[in-house]
Amino acid sequence: MKIVVCVKQVPDTSDIKWTENNTMVREGVESIMNPFDEYAVETAIRIKEANPSATITAVSMGPPQAKDVLKRAIAMGADEAILISDKKFAGADTQATSRTLAAAIKNKIGNVDLIICGMFAIDGDTAQTGPSIAEHLGLAQVTYAKEVQYSGGDNLVVKREVDEGLQTVQMQLPGLVCMLKCDYEPRKPSIKGTMKANKTEIPMYGLEDIGLTPEEVGIKGSPTFVSKAFRPQPRESGEMINAGSAQEAAQKLIEKLQAEKILA
Amino acid sequence: MSEHKGIWVLAERTPENKIVGVTLELINAAKGMSQKLSGEEVGVLLMAGNGDVQLLVKELSEAGAQKVYLVQNENLQNYSTELYSKVAVEAINQKKPSIMLIGATTSGRDLAPRISARLNTGLTADCTGLDINEQGLLAATRPTFGGNLMATILCKVARPQMATVRPKVLPKAEPDYSNQAQVEQINVDLNPADIKVKVLECLNMCTSACKIEDAEIIVSGGRGIKNAEGFKVLEELAQALGGAVGASRACVDAGWRQHCDQVGQTGKTVCPKIYIACGISGAIQHLAGMSSSDVIIAINKDPEAPIFQMATYGIVGDLFEVVPALTAAIKNSQLTCSC
Repeated sequence: MKIVVCVKQVPDTSDIKWTENNTMVREGVESIMNPFDEYAVETAIRIKEANPSATITAVSMGPPQAKDVLKRAIAMGADEAILISDKKFAGADTQATSRTLAAAIKNKIGNVDLIICGMFAIDGDTAQTGPSIAEHLGLAQVTYAKEVQYSGGDNLVVKREVDEGLQTVQMQLPGLVCMLKCDYEPRKPSIKGTMKANKTEIPMYGLEDIGLTPEEVGIKGSPTFVSKAFRPQPRESGEMINAGSAQEAAQKLIEKLQAEKILA
Repeated sequence: MSEHKGIWVLAERTPENKIVGVTLELINAAKGMSQKLSGEEVGVLLMAGNGDVQLLVKELSEAGAQKVYLVQNENLQNYSTELYSKVAVEAINQKKPSIMLIGATTSGRDLAPRISARLNTGLTADCTGLDINEQGLLAATRPTFGGNLMATILCKVARPQMATVRPKVLPKAEPDYSNQAQVEQINVDLNPADIKVKVLECLNMCTSACKIEDAEIIVSGGRGIKNAEGFKVLEELAQALGGAVGASRACVDAGWRQHCDQVGQTGKTVCPKIYIACGISGAIQHLAGMSSSDVIIAINKDPEAPIFQMATYGIVGDLFEVVPALTAAIKNSQLTCSC
């Protein structure tokens, strides 16, 4: 079983600061592996543990420093990794990004049985890249996955959390799964894994290696563009209710909610 | 490009075969945008099984649809990525709408990127605002970076301009009982063997009886709840108000609540009329999931908790005293939410 895990390097959104021009202050912001992708890596490793002949290749598209998250994937337990990186890929929307990743997976890895992605990236939050990769490669897909079971053959059983509840589905391989948070936590890199990651050479592929044209990638290959970015109006902080007892506070709050016609 | 005309909404049905709320919200938004596009047609793409669709069409009409493009096939009774994307792509290629709007539900977000990738067009995810700009383009606004930044996104050349839109953000219209949508059947050949994913089982596993994303009132607990049993007081308040119980990530990670009840960046985004945050300090990841609630009430022991900076009303105190007092006061006065 040949597994590919897609990982993205993202800024840790919990400590983002903004300039007056609404650009992000990059200095001092920690770059991390997208948290949902950690579950994707963990899920791949669990499949490999149950099926020792499986191989895991981690893939990322990003600047050269995105090698860090690929090294982390190897340190967690992936076998190898490739980085898709080219200045021409800059400014890609989800369409161009998924096309680029799909071309790289097809041309540089090939014959993949299963691709695992995180459901969202915490910076862009689009949840579009995974399903779009599946589309470009003509694969089946299961989104909002929480648990993946593989016991040989060409089927995968996936538990997914959808609006209607918890669904169990069976997917015919080859296919792509997008992981939500699972009930299990992603493992931390082991010392042995980290040593292996440090020794592993991560090949870097650019536009010419993956068989696309300059018109198909980056800004040129992106149908959408951001015309405006702005900080949301912060909510005004409201009113503190001061009272001598819990009962009094509750009463005061209810009176206010009634006065504002929120409760009636 | 000029041959593409009309604003389409993809209709979504519930398992009980009703039109979901966000579809009606999108029809209303499409009506508003149509006025800025010299009255371009508001069309709805409805995929359904072979049963009677009269009630569905009636609901879409009352919401303001001018035309319903209907595709019926026994294999379309239930959602499948493969067949729904095939039908949508064929219908779009035949009728060439300029805009295609889809609810940002789990099915909508599963489906939309397959359609846009196959049509090689632009798709903007999980929008909270839609407008038509001076050039007549769809201007779709969405939060990114966990709600820290809003971005307005355009798709200049490729068609249709696509967007998924977050439920319960845009308003529904009052039903217009006089409006009667014209129905046009579209035929698409479908092969059930194309379905690669089969549903084996579906369970409603959520702790709360009411789903948080549908609730008008959410009583939510954080680390301050201390343990699973602590949620009992929140459940009582939620019950008195007719609301649902939510939780912060800390509670879900601790195993006190299910993930489907989690509010925040790695959980659900909610926008109820009233959000009551109990023992939640207000980490930015949590705020990203609830900051668009109409009224936020914060109850926390710590007067410095960041949640107070955005709360409409704040009470500094022990939630285990304040929440039961609130429940009792609401029961006594027989109050309900006026929403």
